[in-house]
Amino acid sequence: MSLDISEMTLSAAMDGLAQKDFSSVELVNAVRDAIAEKDENIGAYLAFDADTILQDASEADALRAKGDERCLLGIPIALKDLFNVEGQPCTCASKMLENYIAPFDATVISKIKAAGAFPAGRLNMDELAIGTTTENSAFKLTKNPVAPDRVPGGSSGGSAAAVAGGMALASLATDSGGSIRLPASYCGCVGFKPSYGRVSRYGVAPYASSLDQVGTMTKTVEDAAILLSAIAGCDQRDQTTHNVPVPDYREMLAGSSLEGLRIGVPREYFVDGVDSEVLDSVRAAIDKFAKAGAHVEEMSLPHTEYAISAYYICSTAEASSNLARLDGVRYGKRSVTDDRGDLNDMYFTSRTEGLGPDVKRRIIFGTFVLSSGRYEEYYVRALKVRTLVKQDFNEAFKKFDVLMTPVTAGVAHKFGETQNDPLKATLNDMFLAPVNMAGICGISIPCGKSSEGLPVGMQIIGPSFGEVTLLRAADACEKELGL
Amino acid sequence: MKYIVTIGLETHVQLKTKSKMFCGCANTFAAEPNTLVCPICLGYPGALPAMNREAVKLTVIAGLMLGCEISRYSKFDRKNYFYPDAAKNYQISQLDMPLCRGGGVEIQVPGGSKRINLNRIHLEEDVAKSVHHARSSGVDFNRSGMALMEIVSEPEINSVQEAIAYMRALRQILVYADVSDCNLEEGNMRSDVNISIRPENTTELGTKVELKNMNSFRHIQDALTFEIERQKAALSTGGRVVQETRRWDLDLGETISMRTKEDAQDYRYFPEPDLPPVVFTDDLLDGWRKELPELPEHKRVRFTTDYGLPEYDAEVLCAQLPVANFFEEAVECGAQPKNASNWIMTDVLRLLGQTELEISDTPLSSAAFASLLKLVDDKVINMPVAKELIAELFEKGGDPAVIVKERGLLQVSDASAIEGFAREAVEKNPKVVEDFKGGKKAALQFLVGQVMKLSRGKANPKMAAEVIQEIISEG
Ligand SMILES: [Zn+2]
Repeated sequence: MSLDISEMTLSAAMDGLAQKDFSSVELVNAVRDAIAEKDENIGAYLAFDADTILQDASEADALRAKGDERCLLGIPIALKDLFNVEGQPCTCASKMLENYIAPFDATVISKIKAAGAFPAGRLNMDELAIGTTTENSAFKLTKNPVAPDRVPGGSSGGSAAAVAGGMALASLATDSGGSIRLPASYCGCVGFKPSYGRVSRYGVAPYASSLDQVGTMTKTVEDAAILLSAIAGCDQRDQTTHNVPVPDYREMLAGSSLEGLRIGVPREYFVDGVDSEVLDSVRAAIDKFAKAGAHVEEMSLPHTEYAISAYYICSTAEASSNLARLDGVRYGKRSVTDDRGDLNDMYFTSRTEGLGPDVKRRIIFGTFVLSSGRYEEYYVRALKVRTLVKQDFNEAFKKFDVLMTPVTAGVAHKFGETQNDPLKATLNDMFLAPVNMAGICGISIPCGKSSEGLPVGMQIIGPSFGEVTLLRAADACEKELGL
Repeated sequence: MKYIVTIGLETHVQLKTKSKMFCGCANTFAAEPNTLVCPICLGYPGALPAMNREAVKLTVIAGLMLGCEISRYSKFDRKNYFYPDAAKNYQISQLDMPLCRGGGVEIQVPGGSKRINLNRIHLEEDVAKSVHHARSSGVDFNRSGMALMEIVSEPEINSVQEAIAYMRALRQILVYADVSDCNLEEGNMRSDVNISIRPENTTELGTKVELKNMNSFRHIQDALTFEIERQKAALSTGGRVVQETRRWDLDLGETISMRTKEDAQDYRYFPEPDLPPVVFTDDLLDGWRKELPELPEHKRVRFTTDYGLPEYDAEVLCAQLPVANFFEEAVECGAQPKNASNWIMTDVLRLLGQTELEISDTPLSSAAFASLLKLVDDKVINMPVAKELIAELFEKGGDPAVIVKERGLLQVSDASAIEGFAREAVEKNPKVVEDFKGGKKAALQFLVGQVMKLSRGKANPKMAAEVIQEIISEG
């Protein structure tokens, strides 16, 4: 019987390889078979270069035969399509980069390769990580593997769908305002955003530099801990990373317990507009944790309401500048409509044709808030709010180990419905973006199901560089919930 | 009507770092286009800048040499604009928290010296070089991301001469600071010049015009002279000066409008999120302060006090750091200071003037130079031989003592040998001897010249003159 990876965790795969229950080649073949079987209906992958991946797998098998025992040896890792891997496409699901071949490895890619793993497939996303449903992809629609008439969430929709849909052991993605946690919640997997500066951003196509962070999409908290140990660390190529030692996060999970865990429950996150099923699931979970010995207390993050506008301003401002390089001059799509050779025409046409409507909207908004005469009114004030949001969390973590909230205001919605419920979309951003604004860490874990059987997630928030505390808490919660 | 000229300069100086400002690419010139490039300086998606600490240090060294206040906390900003020379369509620069503030440069003006205050010095990355062909344009990204320091003067310069003096003084200090080659031909040092004029007896500054990318003293001089006349002509005929950016057209010998204020760009500056702020501790700055090279003006004073040189000599020697170093090394090797100074100011600088080289790049070593001077002093060789020899050393190098011995250039100071040459000269030139007797002093020089010729330049000329006079008076 051939290998089945649909329920297989990263840690189980590592054990299976170590005990020689199966080879890396068999594992990759199982991934390929799963994709062949399911992805036509899901659409998580943009590319899966089986020849190259199988070659990496057989090299890993050969190394293992020679006694190589690196922890991730032979493990295929799927990637959101914005990580540069030398010689591979990196489209960011944008027409602008449709034919772009990355000339270098992102630091996280070098790191997973050094740990013995290898890149295995490119996953769909909202174009240039802009969006919350993955509908903004210029190339294909990704469906929620739990309910194919519904969105997987975004922007890392392909990453969540591949893991939750049993087509990948784990994937790497990015989260600038919820792009990992939201799709994880919609698809029912574990989505983890580490603290800003914990993981290098070098080689990761940016959305908003001060908010972007590389994270993981996995089936369990343990798997998230395993991957974090592989990708975290200070990088001279990304001077916003911090020189803080990287522990073996998986080992640090040993003996995780809810006993005595101080949980803060911010009342700003339990408000009108959130689906009652979501509120009920999250509250029920927190009650369980209290019964298991955690100290649960309602508290306040008073600037939550303002964080959202500040987030829009900061993120679009940075994005307008970060995305300016996509001009077709040195790489990417270059359109020329006439032979006058006018430079501005070339920029205008290339970007008009190469970028999607949501990307354009954000660029225009970001350009506006940075423009002369608006800068003080918008950008400078947004930075002040950002400081206040950080202070809210700093105060909270003096008293609490972690905070618990809903991830989203509702479960995954049907395609095309986003526009009909702007309040929910705003609440989603309000629950997720403050974590990025403060640079702290957050994780989304499944905590229940709606009456329609759709996944409901809960968000656990930890302090800056408090990954050990956060992951231990999440691990204990996951066990308690027994999902 | 008389007008007052107001000029301010923004001078871009390429720093002497090994690698570029934010990536590991080599910081060198004259490579094939687009060979010194990488994902960072080409602005690839996901590539991030990593600050070059050496560039930060060199900027601070320059700031300390120019008397600036060094910011304990500064940051980088993005200057956003679309143009193919900007790989990312933004340039990483510094807006409101530059590395250095204040400072100044002393310049010599008729009747004394004048201080031109600086506003600031900030650090940024250079942009790529656009190359325009007949039917297309190309971009060479070798220059993209090179470390560039911008020195902004206050508008305190009041004439073309002062502007040139400022540029020269600034360049001298930066060369002394060893932060840049300041080679204008290679574009190491380029200035944007702001200039306005206003009628005498008025206080409000006139409308300013910016002249872009001036990279030679000559062009600055010509362009400013032209621009002052152009603005005067406009004002005196009742017209006005438009606020605009102009460039110097070498062929036309005119400044040409590039863009007016109406199409001025909105650069949408904001703090660079990919780089942490630059923070200095007092300890670090104190350490750098201790390493500071000597300022030109300090060296000039020291040359007069330590070596007893006249101020003029000190000025000439210190004008170029390598020449000042050459002088000091020669003195170290035993040359008498004033004597060495005389030789440098005449022969060495004349020879140097015929080349494009720095003294340190010629085969003439300071030790050989000192040894040559000693040979003259010890009367081993005479002056004409020495003058020939220095030209040879300058071209080919070598040890003068060895050359003199090998070629038999030793000065003939043997009285009997000189007497032989002198008698021959006197006998062959009876008419000249008569002239001398008749009181013509120049006739003696001619006879000495004949002795030098007969001795193939080796006779001691002073002895020759004495012996000739003796023979004639005997005669
Ligand atoms: Zn480079």
